[in-house]
Amino acid sequence: MTIDASTSFPSPRRRAGARKRRRMALFAVVALVLAGAVALILNAFRDTLVFFRTPSEIAERGEAPGARLRLGGLVKQGSVTHDGTTTHFVVTDMKSDLPVTFTGLLPDLFREGQGVVAEGALGQDGVFKADSVLAKHDENYMPKDVADRLKAQGEWRPDAGGAKPK
Amino acid sequence: MIAETGHYALVLALALAILQSTLPLWGARSRDAALMGLASPLAVAQFLLVAISFAALTHAYVTSDFSLVNVVENSHSAKPLIYKISGVWGNHEGSLLLWILILVLFGALVAVFGRNLPARLKADVLAVQAMISTAFLLFVLITSNPFARVNPAPLEGQDLNPLLQDPGLAIHPPLLYLGYVGFSMAFSFAVAALIEGKVDAAWARWVRPWTLMAWCFLTLGIAMGSYWAYYELGWGGFWFWDPVENASLMPWLSGTALLHSAVVMEKREALKIWTILLALLTFALSLLGTFLVRSGVLTSVHAFAVDPARGVAILMILTVFVGGSLTLYALRAPVLRQGGIFAPVSREGALVLNNIFLTAACAAVFIGTLYPLALEAATGEKISVGAPFFNATFGPIMLPVLLIMPFAPLLAWKRGDALRAAQGVTVALGVAIVATAMVAGFVRGGPTLAPVGVGLALFAIVGAFAEIAERTKIFRIGLGDSVRRARGLPTSTWGGAFSHAGLGVTLLGVVAASAWSSEAVVALRPGETVKLAGFELTFEKIEQRPGANYRSAVAELTVREGGAVVATVEPGRRFYLARKMDLSESSIVTFGVSQLYASMAEARTDGATGLRLQYKPLVVLIWLGAVVMAFGGALSLADRRLRVGAPRKAARRAPVMQPAE
Repeated sequence: MTIDASTSFPSPRRRAGARKRRRMALFAVVALVLAGAVALILNAFRDTLVFFRTPSEIAERGEAPGARLRLGGLVKQGSVTHDGTTTHFVVTDMKSDLPVTFTGLLPDLFREGQGVVAEGALGQDGVFKADSVLAKHDENYMPKDVADRLKAQGEWRPDAGGAKPK
Repeated sequence: MIAETGHYALVLALALAILQSTLPLWGARSRDAALMGLASPLAVAQFLLVAISFAALTHAYVTSDFSLVNVVENSHSAKPLIYKISGVWGNHEGSLLLWILILVLFGALVAVFGRNLPARLKADVLAVQAMISTAFLLFVLITSNPFARVNPAPLEGQDLNPLLQDPGLAIHPPLLYLGYVGFSMAFSFAVAALIEGKVDAAWARWVRPWTLMAWCFLTLGIAMGSYWAYYELGWGGFWFWDPVENASLMPWLSGTALLHSAVVMEKREALKIWTILLALLTFALSLLGTFLVRSGVLTSVHAFAVDPARGVAILMILTVFVGGSLTLYALRAPVLRQGGIFAPVSREGALVLNNIFLTAACAAVFIGTLYPLALEAATGEKISVGAPFFNATFGPIMLPVLLIMPFAPLLAWKRGDALRAAQGVTVALGVAIVATAMVAGFVRGGPTLAPVGVGLALFAIVGAFAEIAERTKIFRIGLGDSVRRARGLPTSTWGGAFSHAGLGVTLLGVVAASAWSSEAVVALRPGETVKLAGFELTFEKIEQRPGANYRSAVAELTVREGGAVVATVEPGRRFYLARKMDLSESSIVTFGVSQLYASMAEARTDGATGLRLQYKPLVVLIWLGAVVMAFGGALSLADRRLRVGAPRKAARRAPVMQPAE
């Protein structure tokens, strides 16, 4: 770990003074930008955060209608009906159910018995009005809570787990 | 047998990597030329062994060797050959093997082409590079062996996730990894510089080509991923602020900052300590990206791995390399000599501002991506941070970057003239203002700020060539003289201009496609017509078409504009037999740089067909801009001064490098 002596000789005093001033200016700019960025981030956090809830959490907490939420669970078997371009379905976590309506094209992999995440708000009538149904695009996708609950109930069917290395 | 060879080659590669990470380092400390000299042949041998291993796995996929667990889980004998090959990296084990292959490829390239590197620096760099490959080889061999056998072997495989059976995704991971892993070179050089306690302009000149190459690949890889998501996921979005996308955006942002600060270091020997830190951070963010995607901590299509043990292992690798390098940085950075000073208004000053804003933007993406994970780990509360967060933070922070971009190249090094630079961008500013006014006046709909976005994009595009206009004195002297001057400009000047213009092009596409897209979600029966953005789309029929490993239903729509047939779109849905997965296959028609986008919903009970039809103006520019950026990077890479390699003392050649200023 030898250091070349030539790399660490001191600078002349005049340059050192200028360097100090410049450095202070630089720090001021950095601090300013940093403060601005932090303000933006905190502000955005206040306005744009969306909480993730399962149907039973919504039932327990009594979420206020109108607040934006992400609802996660399974699409209940036999619950999907179409009405024009509007789809009605029920999201369940095997404990509570919540009816959902969504207008638009559903993502691939949306089907009964599969995991789904819907973003929107609870209406006055207790129906969750989703404005986006998230395509998590993974056939194994399932909210962790739901997966845990299914495991506890012995309904979990792990994919392709049978193959064992020699 | 071939699979065992592959496994064995991987174990041997690990042994060589361990030797390569220790002996040359020792040699550099004890000034033993023989030990240092070991680094290069070891790096080449390591690359060959990993290549053999990778070839063995590819062979297993191509021949559908279902005695390998990995092949069983991700392949199918009826799959087209290209997806048998891309299936090699369409899964956790295989993609890690690809990661390592690219890592050791870069090591071998340094060994072969780094002839003019000082022996000690080269030994250190290759040793650090081997430390990374040691960690990842261990990781693969212990937790993610792609060559594990299954007994008895099943007759048929489970097929690759159909979403990944796509030409775009066949090349997306290799491009992305060339970018991610390419930054390991900057990391290794930075650690080597810290070990040596010496860093100068020549160091920056050695590091820059590698960083630039990695940056070009990463740019293309991100664009490829974005385009894939656009056409494959069936809802026409080009960027979702998904953690997996953010994972690739973060190293891109800090890598872009690194490229710019390395310029300052190369030309002016300033910002040394900062450049070293950026080199460390950029690779740290690449490792973080690998962790996010590979550990299964986010569950989405990229997160194939669901085994938490793997996540912990990658987290350990991340901690060791980030923690280790930052500790080394804290200990050794103070011995680095400070470079030249500069006035606030100068090329250096502008590049510093670029760095500050890019880093802040990167930090915003970092917080937005990791805060939900941290919160969930700490409190169990689940939140989602989506597009609104990033639009509110990333956008405003990147705004100054775009504004400063055209000015910076016009400022002289050390002390610049703000007024002259402002004169240089007057044309760009004029174009921007006229464009904003015209768009605001003639284009209906869209958010109020959208015309300003168009103006900003044009300011960036036109302004990118301000430096070239200045240096060729175009329209001020004869055209012939200007052309001669343009020829004399270094290729990297053109490269910089194209890269900056590319960013403007991408911005233009983003603004137009976000602000003026039109969409119709409809349920149609044969013969029915729907109007969209001046087009009339008539639903003709729906028909069944068989495929190699799927069957599909395809809808046919005739597109008319003013009564004349201009195109047909054929959105469809495919049902993949082995995976029992049903996917939409969107159909896109391109008009110039705008696109008509059609996708089909799942079959309905009432006999109608659900369709989503979208018209996206200028959307192609989003990816075209990325190609232009990468092209600019490639031009800079072709610059003589980087290709020829660096002389020992950069300063001596500097005057030759700066013609006509």
